[in-house]
Amino acid sequence: MSGKVTSFRKFDVEKIRNDFPVLHREVNGNPLVYLDNGASSQKPKQVIDRMTRYYEHEHANIHRGVHHLSQRATDSYEQVREATCNYLNAASSREILFTRGTTESINLVACSWGRHFLKEGDEIIISTMEHHSNIVPWQMTCEERGAKLKVIPISKAGELDMEAFQNLLNERTRLVSLVHVSNALGTINPVKEIINLAHQCNALVLLDGAQALPHMKVDMRALDVDFYAFSAHKMLGPTGLGILYGKESLLDSMPPYQGGGEMIERVTFEKTTYNELPFKFEAGTPNIADTIAFGSALEYYDEFDQDELIAHEQDLLAYAGQRLSQVDGIEFVGMARDKAGVISFNLKDIHPFDVGTILDQMGIAVRTGHHCTQPLMDFYGIVGTVRASFAFYNNQTDVDALVDGVEKASAILL
Amino acid sequence: MSSSIDEIQDQVIEEFQLFDQWIEKYEYIIELGKNLPGLDDQYMRDENLVPGCQSRVWLHAELKGGKAVYAADSDAIITKGIIALLIRVLSEQPPEKVHEAELYFIDRIGLKDHLSSTRSNGLVSMINKMRTVARDLSKVA
Repeated sequence: MSGKVTSFRKFDVEKIRNDFPVLHREVNGNPLVYLDNGASSQKPKQVIDRMTRYYEHEHANIHRGVHHLSQRATDSYEQVREATCNYLNAASSREILFTRGTTESINLVACSWGRHFLKEGDEIIISTMEHHSNIVPWQMTCEERGAKLKVIPISKAGELDMEAFQNLLNERTRLVSLVHVSNALGTINPVKEIINLAHQCNALVLLDGAQALPHMKVDMRALDVDFYAFSAHKMLGPTGLGILYGKESLLDSMPPYQGGGEMIERVTFEKTTYNELPFKFEAGTPNIADTIAFGSALEYYDEFDQDELIAHEQDLLAYAGQRLSQVDGIEFVGMARDKAGVISFNLKDIHPFDVGTILDQMGIAVRTGHHCTQPLMDFYGIVGTVRASFAFYNNQTDVDALVDGVEKASAILL
Repeated sequence: MSSSIDEIQDQVIEEFQLFDQWIEKYEYIIELGKNLPGLDDQYMRDENLVPGCQSRVWLHAELKGGKAVYAADSDAIITKGIIALLIRVLSEQPPEKVHEAELYFIDRIGLKDHLSSTRSNGLVSMINKMRTVARDLSKVA
């Protein structure tokens, strides 16, 4: 945009940490070391304050009131749709749908597009490293429509077998629905190449970007992706809000997902006509406060040069990988060349739950278990992993605490 | 005369008072887990599996000489250590006593978090199952 000031805030992790109140608390008598960002990020004060201000001064239902508060709330809410459109470089804010989360975003496509367009014998391609929320909706829709689900295999390193992918693509492929960044392994998939290959076969592409956007900026038009799903709460925003980006022509061709208020143009008992995009897909009173606060999360990201945030996370990842590799008994799960800030590991055959319990005693928050990717865990022949996932507000002290904790767990458990 | 459930709970609480540091406590629990005999292969069946999202627990119970006798296993060692404590407290007791027992020792030794429903380690389901099995056994006894 012309005239926009592009002087970024200096990246200083210690100053940034002051924006996140929760990072200053203790857990089990130790300073909190929060490395469960893949599950949900913490919130800067700017986001928390925005939500409070909304409820204290601005709350009203939107899109229907003639009164001042309703109009103001509507403006604030729709401004966030516009901001999200800009953030993603989408072509129009009509392409931005608000949902409850990534899961609902994918379900929306599976229910609306899937039920309407899939025919018997059609094929959908997913991969071994999908989250359950990008498996189960497709299983349900495929069963209903008589379509087939195909799975791209991966290597031990946790990378997609691109040759196998090309062999799976054919004229029956309707959709490729893939994770952009793996939640369990951190693998960044070569999505541009995947989109190009899929489009050559006239197949659409949906990307599950829940773990991508917290670590990188993603440009919808440059990618030419058809659907992109993600959650606000993993990228500094409130819980309970998701986004589905969809190309306007596609969304236009799809029937509504849920019926109710907001999504209609005119209702009679004989026939109902539907509202235009994006409202056609947003039945009922939406999540107004969380959406408005999400706007502050996007503003927060925009204060920084994203390249600096990415570089900092990559430094942490490299440092953690190098230090953890020295720990007795450590076995990394997922060693892709291109990785976001996620380290998954086990201590030999020790159950990840045990490692997580010891780390928790030391105030270190990690995720343990199958990470809602049971087929992926089956592929590796393990019950789960310990996953440390980084955000740009983590620092070297966090990594050092993690390494101390894992060393202690190794000493006690092995 | 063997000790009652509450007498054993009090013994466990006393033992845990010796530990000043969390790490000593967990080392002890891990030790208990390692020393607990696993379940016989014949009992490691799905119908003995107590579902938990993270660690899994298998429980077998039978009536011997009018008493409920429990054996259990888990794939996580800390869970297994806590199971060892539960077996020590509840096994070889009259089933009606198991069914009525108020388990206060877990809270008192500082492991209450392990029994929160969010912990997903199968322990809450395990205790519930120990109780229901005891109730069923008491009908037979």
